[in-house]
Amino acid sequence: MEALMESLMGNVDWAEIGWASWDTLVMVGMSLLFSVLIGLPIGVLLFLTGKRQLLEQPVAYAILSFIVNLLRSVPFIILLIVMIPFTVMLIGTSLGVAGAIPPLVAGGAPFFARLVETSLREVDRGIIEATQAMGANVRQIIFGALLPEALPGIIAGITVTAITLVSYAAMSGVIGGGGLGDLAIRFGYQRFQTDVMVITVALLVIFVQVLQMAGDRLVLYFSRK
Amino acid sequence: MIVFDQVEKSYQVAGRAIPALHPTSMTIETGEVFGIVGHSGAGKSTLVRLINKLEPSTGGRILIDDEDITRYSAAELRAFRRKVGMIFQHFNLLSSKTVADNIAFPMKLAGIYSKAEIRSRVDELLARVSLSDHANKYPSQLSGGQKQRVGIARALACRPTILLCDEATSALDPQTTQSVLKLLADINRELGLTIVLITHEMDVVRRVCDRVAVMDAGRVVEMGPVSEVFLHPQHPTTRDFVFESENVDRDELQEDLQKAEGRILRLTFKGESTYKPLLGSVARESGVDFSILSGRIDHIKDTPYGQLTLSLVGGDLEVAMKALEAAEVHVEVVR
Repeated sequence: MEALMESLMGNVDWAEIGWASWDTLVMVGMSLLFSVLIGLPIGVLLFLTGKRQLLEQPVAYAILSFIVNLLRSVPFIILLIVMIPFTVMLIGTSLGVAGAIPPLVAGGAPFFARLVETSLREVDRGIIEATQAMGANVRQIIFGALLPEALPGIIAGITVTAITLVSYAAMSGVIGGGGLGDLAIRFGYQRFQTDVMVITVALLVIFVQVLQMAGDRLVLYFSRK
Repeated sequence: MIVFDQVEKSYQVAGRAIPALHPTSMTIETGEVFGIVGHSGAGKSTLVRLINKLEPSTGGRILIDDEDITRYSAAELRAFRRKVGMIFQHFNLLSSKTVADNIAFPMKLAGIYSKAEIRSRVDELLARVSLSDHANKYPSQLSGGQKQRVGIARALACRPTILLCDEATSALDPQTTQSVLKLLADINRELGLTIVLITHEMDVVRRVCDRVAVMDAGRVVEMGPVSEVFLHPQHPTTRDFVFESENVDRDELQEDLQKAEGRILRLTFKGESTYKPLLGSVARESGVDFSILSGRIDHIKDTPYGQLTLSLVGGDLEVAMKALEAAEVHVEVVR
């Protein structure tokens, strides 16, 4: 049995795999946190300033929308490279786990903002109208009605963003980002260690599956419809 | 009292002003149930939304208890809206909140009630709309009628003086409509609050309203006490609504009338005269023979009424008509 394992997975350093997995978790976790913190208010603003909405502001909407589209239209692999000087300025290095987080957030936040905007648009206009009719101000409408009503959609959006960030995080291995992607590129690709490649891919697949399942559970838990 | 003084509303569509409400003046008295009836697109939905400024008017003044609400600042408007409850065709309950939390919502928004006050008021309202057992359910677990009762309780939470009903029964089945209308009538009687109700069903107006305005293409074409408008409709639109609510096919009716002999009269009984055995005695005294072509006995709010279309042959028609009028029956000669 041991011989079989040795011949099949001779190149696999399990401690290394463990560390890489942890790094990926940290990268996805941290970048998801910042993507949500930045993307949520942007998504709410996109919604509110949109056509026939509470704070209709065509100019503000156009500017915000342009920035979001700009970041989303750059392929992530390019964004990783373009962001390097900015990342160095921000945290001192563009390498490792920490260096990967700014570009991940730059890719994740606008993506999540659009998902938030979409899920807010799905909230029945009648509910906004009823809340207005009760004498609510804009802040109360956002926190009392819009966000609670859109919560299942927003959680689904967080799930999709998290999964996107898993693949982005793997990509960041190309510029020395750390984590499973880094392992896959350095060992699996550059040293032709197919066994390492298979293991990293399998781990990423499991990671995505777990995220999706947890997200679906949460959506179900918060859905009252 | 709600006073509309030359109020108008138009929408800007592609640079052009499309009128939704032509200049309209009318007065809704405190404590009455005022119905606004009209086909969809007639402007009734716009009209009711002008009262709590969900739609801003584009001309004229709206005075509510002598204050011009069209000049309110944003903060004044929010305070004012707490005194105006509103219920909707599709209920517009928050799906993420329980029944109790939905009812508590306007009180929480107002920010002037203590937790204890909110809790006791919610309990009181739940009992008022007979939903005490459903406090912790979510709206999706309720039937349409129950949802609308939650809507009513929510609208009453901050003790408003005006209740706006936007097609409140249009999404409900006839039986549920009955019970919701009864609840509205009870609330109007017990709390003395003014109800403005818009609907496209004349039957709803007949059951609960004191006065009614009929709207057509952005104008109020007829207005008055329900019994007046309902029993003696003047405007074609009003007639359509009345016929519709009585399930009368106008062509069929015309055919029937053509087949009948002699004079044709339409008698309208109201109040006590509805129950009097009048026709027999009138026929005996005047010697006329009558046959009933169509008839209906029903209630307008709490007042019974009857309307009969008769064909009369022989005897002394003059005497018959005098006797009917003496008994306070409204007589209209159809032919």
